[in-house]
Formats: sequence, structure tokens, C-alpha cells
Amino acid sequence: MTDIVAGSRGSRVWVNAALPILGAVITIGAWWGATAAFHIDPFYLPSPVDVIDSFMRTPQYLLQETWTTLQRVLIGFVIAVAGGLAIAVTLAASSVVERMAMPVLAAVNAIPKVALAPLLLVWMGFGDSPKIVMVVLLSFFPVIVSTMAGLTSTPADLRELARSLKASWWQTFVKVRLTWALPQVFVGLKVATPLAIIGAVIGEVVNPDHGLGSVIAGSGASNDTPLAFAALVLLALLGVVLFYLVAGIERVLVPWARTINS
Amino acid sequence: MITIDGVSQTFKGRSGPVEAIRDINLTVGEGEFLTVIGRSGCGKSTLLRMVAGLLKPTAGAVQVAGETVRGPRRDVAMVFQKPALLPWRSVEDNVMLPVEIFGWRKSEHRANADRLLEMTGLTAFRKRLPHELSGGMQQRVSLCRALIQNPKVMLLDEPFSALDALTREELAVELQRIHMELGTTMIFVTHSIQEAVLLADRVAVLSSRPGQLRRLVEIPIPRPRSFGHNAHLDQVANISAELHSLLLSDAHLPRTQTA
Repeated sequence: MTDIVAGSRGSRVWVNAALPILGAVITIGAWWGATAAFHIDPFYLPSPVDVIDSFMRTPQYLLQETWTTLQRVLIGFVIAVAGGLAIAVTLAASSVVERMAMPVLAAVNAIPKVALAPLLLVWMGFGDSPKIVMVVLLSFFPVIVSTMAGLTSTPADLRELARSLKASWWQTFVKVRLTWALPQVFVGLKVATPLAIIGAVIGEVVNPDHGLGSVIAGSGASNDTPLAFAALVLLALLGVVLFYLVAGIERVLVPWARTINS
Repeated sequence: MITIDGVSQTFKGRSGPVEAIRDINLTVGEGEFLTVIGRSGCGKSTLLRMVAGLLKPTAGAVQVAGETVRGPRRDVAMVFQKPALLPWRSVEDNVMLPVEIFGWRKSEHRANADRLLEMTGLTAFRKRLPHELSGGMQQRVSLCRALIQNPKVMLLDEPFSALDALTREELAVELQRIHMELGTTMIFVTHSIQEAVLLADRVAVLSSRPGQLRRLVEIPIPRPRSFGHNAHLDQVANISAELHSLLLSDAHLPRTQTA
């Protein structure tokens, strides 16, 4: 649990911040070195400088598109989480429903979502809805699976305790099973976060209007590879921020999980 | 207080029925401390679960306070081998769990919780989470959680067997104090002769597979009893030796399986 070689709290915080930054710097440096050493044409692989240049030409525009994508991701993610939790709870409550619904859900999840994008266009036209639906489609399944795994992993001793206290199904569910499932739920949320972003980008690339996916689609048409890379970098940053946001919420909500699982 | 009347239990195993308990008859008086001792796999936990109403006897019946047991009762509290604490609840909130589940007023039982925590030396740790406590302290919390029900009967299923030797002795002495103070009827399942001799008014010795009542041994040593030096060492030694031979003589009985 605690690292013997770790120094004072202050220096540990410093190391915690410095190591990820160092990793990023090395990665970008290698990228830059490769483009410079092999004289790669920016059309194929722009250097970090080209990408920053491209961003600085239209920062307002790119940030606006980032915000559009982020909104779609967040709305879709919230719907996927709420829906996923509700479905998981229903399935965990009734084994009949579970056995009926699980194959259907797995089948829906197995459909390549890119293939659905043209259909969504037919059904919903342009605008936000088909993109948000794509986000939901990509990210709901891990939430269901992980929540169900959590709900069915209540230890035998806690179940026996609830029985011996004559707790009702609902009391057992709320006071024991649901909270016990939270660490697993968060595993699902962490898997679902990047999938939500991928969903938004698929929706935007196939059916472009606004958002970073549309920027990428448009840059392809105008042979502007550095712009596409600028959009990719922004998407990657979005992914990192959202992932750590979820991890942060987890630390606040289930502080006990880190210690009992280690 | 408790009547165990011709109770048997047969489980359906994969290779045919397994007889766990055969025709046990026992009565436990009010305020009595009965210890059930037997080798592992002799069905002593099964017997306890039937008294608790967690398991229905295949034959016979259990009565608590004159009523036939058909399910768990609020005046019967159970302490398990594992502390079974909710890891996200503080010590104090874990102790209050039965109050919440029974739908009792929390404000009326706070003082009782405080008193129990005080009695078990947990007052300073009331805000801590279970993982911050030692195994012995966790088991104390689970004792408090059972006691907050104001139970007429406490059923303890090898509650100290997962603890180290010194902590076990400490908690056994503490349990004796609680029993003397509250006078709760207790059935305590163990495989430790030492614990049985320290705690019990009577020891029910079970034989193995199927679990049958082999002998009821009275322990007429006055309380408070203690481990180590005391005035009754000879008696303790005699009773321990008797229990020992009763338990070990089981070994030569024909058995299909050893647990």
C-alpha cells in the first residue's frame, strides 16, 4: 500500500506530476526527432511544430469544434451511464429478464457501429442526435457488463448478514449490493469514456457538420494533414481529461475500494 | 430459552444425500452459555444456522422463547466467523446497521451504540473505516453490531477462529465479560477446547459425519474465569483432557471422508 522508498509527501506529489509530463515530453520529442531526421513530408506526417502552427492559425475555431464534440460526448455518456445502470439493475433483479435480454444486448453490442452511421443519417438526419446516439451505442455496454459483475459479486458473508437481519430485497440491494458494486461500475465507466469519444467522432466523420470529427473529415478533403493532426491531438487531450475526471470521481466516491482490493 | 428437538439435516450432495446432523436434542436455559464443539466438518455451523433460522431442518424443530423458528428473528443475533462489515461504513455506522434495517429510530439507539463501543474499547475508532482496524477490532465491531439488537439469544459461529492466538484469548475474555454483564443466552460454536472451557456453562460435544450429540459436559468453574494462572487449574486440566479424548476418540470411527 505505502511505498517504502517514497520520500516525503511533497516530493511524492512532485514525482506524481513530473513522471507523466516526462513521458509526454519524450513521446513528442521522439515524434519530432523522427520527422526531422527522415525529412518526412508534412502531408504524410506533420511534425509537432506543424501541428501547433496549424492550431495557432485558427485556435478559436478548433476550440469551438472541440466544445461541440465534448457536448455530444457528455450528453451521450450521461445517457449511456444512466441507461446502462438502469438496465444492469433490472437484469440483476430478475434472472428471467437477464436470460432473455443478455443475448440481445450482446448482439446489439457486436454490431459494427460504423455500419449504423448511414442508417442514423436516414433516421435522424443531420445535427446532434445521430452523433449522440452513436456515443450511447458505443459506450453503454461496458457499463452494463461491469455493473452486473459488481452486483453479482456481493461476498457470501455480507449476503448471510443481510439474511440474518431479515433485510428486505430492496434494503439488501441499496445498503449492500449497490455500494459493493461501485468499484466495478467505475471500471466500466473508465472503459466507456474513450468509447464515447470514439462514438462522437464516428458520427461526425460519417455525417459531418461540426465537431472535431467533421474537422478531420474536412481536412482530408483539403489535404491539410497538420489540421487533422491538430484535431487528433485535441481529441486525445479530451480523452485524457475525461478519463482522469472519472478516476477522480471514483476516488471521492469509493475511497474504501483502493484499500480493500490491494 | 432454546429447545432443539430431534433436529436433523441432510443436504443433497452431487453424489447423493449427505447427512450433516442427526437427531440432536438439546435445551439451552435462559442466560446459559452453551458451547458446541466438534471437529471441522461435523456440522456444528449447520446446527447453528438452523437455530438462527437461516436453514430449515430436514427433520425436527427448533424453538426460541417458546416459538418455533421459521426464519431469522430480531431477538436472535448472529456473529459470523468473518466480521462481515460493510467496508464503506464507519465503525459506528456498521454497528447501527441492524437499527436501520429494522426501521428503528436511530436517535433512540445512538446511546446504546456509544455504550457498546465504550464497552469494547472502540470509542476512539468510531469514525474509522473497517480496513483501518486490526482483525480483532473488526470482530469487536461485529460483536457490537449483534448486541445493538438487544438480542435474547446470541449465536456465535467460530467468531475468533480467524484471529491470532493472543487476540483470540483477549476477545474470549471480553465475551465472558459481556455475557456476565448482559446475561444474554449464548450458543458459541468453536473447535477450540480452550475457548470452550473458558466460556461455557455446558459444552456439547458433537461427533463427526453425521454430527450427533456425543456428550454434554458441565463446567462448574466459577466466573470470572481466566486463561493462565488461576485457582482452578486442576479442574481446567481435567475437563480439557476429557474433551480432548472425546474429540479425538472420534478419529477411529469409520468415516468415508476426512474434512
